[in-house]
Amino acid sequence: MSGTFVGMPAFPKAAHDAVRDGTLRANLRHATHTIRAKRAKAVAEVSDWAALREAGKQIKDHTLRHLDEYLVRLEQSVTAAGGTVHWAADAEEANRIVAGLIRATGETEVVKVKSMATQEIGLNEALLAEGIHAYETDLAELIVQLGKDRPSHILVPAIHRNRGEIRDIFRAEMGAWGRPAPEGLTDTPAELAEAARLHLREKFLRAKVGVSGANFMVAETGTLVVVESEGNGRMCLTLPETLISVVGIEKVVPTWRDLEVFLQTLPRSSTAERMNPYTSMWTGTTHTDGPRTFHLVLLDNGRTDTLADEVGRQALRCIRCSACLNVCPVYERAGGHAYGSVYPGPIGAILSPQLRGTQSEIDASLPYASSLCGACYEVCPVAIDIPEVLVHLRERVVEGGPVVREGNKVVLRPAKGHAAERAALRAARWAFSRPGALRAGQRLASRTRRLHPRTLPGPGRAWTGTRELPTVPAEPFRDWWQRTQGGKKEAE
Amino acid sequence: MSGRERILGRVQRALAAVPAGDTPYEQAVSRDYLREHGQRTVAEAVDLLAENLADYRARVHRCSAGELPAVIAGLLAARTSASVLVPPGLDEGWLADTQVTRVADLAESGARELDGVDSVVTACAVAIAETGTLVLDGGPDQGRRRISLVPDHHICVVRVPEQVVSSVPQALGRLDPTRPLTWISGPSATSDIELDRVEGVHGPRTLEVVLVGGPGQEPPGSVAGGG
Repeated sequence: MSGTFVGMPAFPKAAHDAVRDGTLRANLRHATHTIRAKRAKAVAEVSDWAALREAGKQIKDHTLRHLDEYLVRLEQSVTAAGGTVHWAADAEEANRIVAGLIRATGETEVVKVKSMATQEIGLNEALLAEGIHAYETDLAELIVQLGKDRPSHILVPAIHRNRGEIRDIFRAEMGAWGRPAPEGLTDTPAELAEAARLHLREKFLRAKVGVSGANFMVAETGTLVVVESEGNGRMCLTLPETLISVVGIEKVVPTWRDLEVFLQTLPRSSTAERMNPYTSMWTGTTHTDGPRTFHLVLLDNGRTDTLADEVGRQALRCIRCSACLNVCPVYERAGGHAYGSVYPGPIGAILSPQLRGTQSEIDASLPYASSLCGACYEVCPVAIDIPEVLVHLRERVVEGGPVVREGNKVVLRPAKGHAAERAALRAARWAFSRPGALRAGQRLASRTRRLHPRTLPGPGRAWTGTRELPTVPAEPFRDWWQRTQGGKKEAE
Repeated sequence: MSGRERILGRVQRALAAVPAGDTPYEQAVSRDYLREHGQRTVAEAVDLLAENLADYRARVHRCSAGELPAVIAGLLAARTSASVLVPPGLDEGWLADTQVTRVADLAESGARELDGVDSVVTACAVAIAETGTLVLDGGPDQGRRRISLVPDHHICVVRVPEQVVSSVPQALGRLDPTRPLTWISGPSATSDIELDRVEGVHGPRTLEVVLVGGPGQEPPGSVAGGG
């Protein structure tokens, strides 16, 4: 399997294949059901969850509405604390900056903290092209990297792998990357974790450059926050001499105090813990403790385009907890790979088409990768109305219209393949504005109802392949209303 | 055009519809969530801290200030540690009862040297009862971040009740963001295999917390142990 998402088929095709994979279905079902119950319990522990959720939404909304001011303030604070701030408009620019910074240290290998932003820009592949080896140190990222696989979940990128598969990957691949897996490695999670500890310890101890993302950046103080479990983050953030953090611009929050909201909602939403095992906070550089050089690369890569859409911009509130993936009936069955992006699941279905545009087949299909059941909205700790954005993006795909791409206003043409939808809606508009025609049509439909097929012909066949066609009543509602004077005669 | 100008320009164009007199930050966020969850006495907050630490598999011990050296000596002996990392400003009395070799965290010593040390003893800055969290801020009795990370056995001493707060909001109010901060809630763990929590990856796999002082002395030694 290739390690990139380029040239992915549309969601329906990818999902069609994924749902036939019995092992994948079982792995996903087991994992998502495990975490669902635990999350519900962790959230129920705090009586003010709704107020925390609302405050988190408000903090993020306010920050997004004044993003330029907060980014400039953040830059000032980080610089004052001894860090250097870089700005990257797209993936290519970010990769070029990071590769340049690493080359300047003379090093050819780096250790990495799990980071969605660096996944998004394909940093590891870009660095390899420059002769720099990036080692993933998060357990799940390690499993993905060793297995030459793609991530399928925001929090647990190897969620599609069960313990037996992980053991096989460790046995087969660890030796090529460094310390081999211990002899007689079994598939108990504790032994697998131990194998990762031994394999990576050597890399941590010799690493001179660390690369990370961040969960939050505080504009007021210049503080960056990384929330993690294993301690690999602490290793990468404190042992190397140089630290490079690549962070999406939407990760900024105004004040130190704002962390009191997110440090309560994020752990409970993501791993269903009161608090995750380790959280690191650093402000620039500190004399004699940790890296002597700190670079912050602020990443746009489609975020400002997303910001330009007043309905879609709420996707930028996302704190990457992945609660929406874990509750989603579509994700549970199709798995993360079908979404063709490092951001799978409901949030991915609204984030990827906005960050990348809806021009490719996969991105145009993502707004449809949902049953609009609303479970994602309900669990979201920053109240992103994912169904609302999905419908909004469906409209954009079908109707086209003005959007912003790479900072420029462009007008999208209506997508191909939705001609029947558009024709049906045009016909509906015509009929609903002509009562006589509507009545005649309804009566005709009622009288011929015994002749109606059970499935639709032509392009409608796919739709009725999984759905019952609604039966047409024997009498149209308006005829019934007139005949019975609104039901009065029937009641008598 | 630099990346900075390009990005800030794009942001400003995207936000052109936001009025100049938009709701200021202070009024944009309603802070009607709780400062702490439930009312509890100081002693109850300490009990909750012990309970939540143990729930995430930290081993919790309680003792008086006078008993602390014996408790630390006992923990190091039980672990059969040959060496212990000591932050520069740690109270020397805490290690008075043990003969284990002290190792200082010297500027010139690399991470590799620390990797050979069996245990580390530190104080902390704040402990949060509701979440079972210890926060280290790099103070003289806590040392650099790496010393509580590389050894496999961390003994952290919490002065109760004065270092204990109930909640995350209260803890942030006590902390200085300019210091490097490490929040620790139980030993290193992962949920990466089938989304189920397993203790013990890269950080210390054994976290022992000694709650020292405070009202209502229990007998020394472990009262609320974890796994």
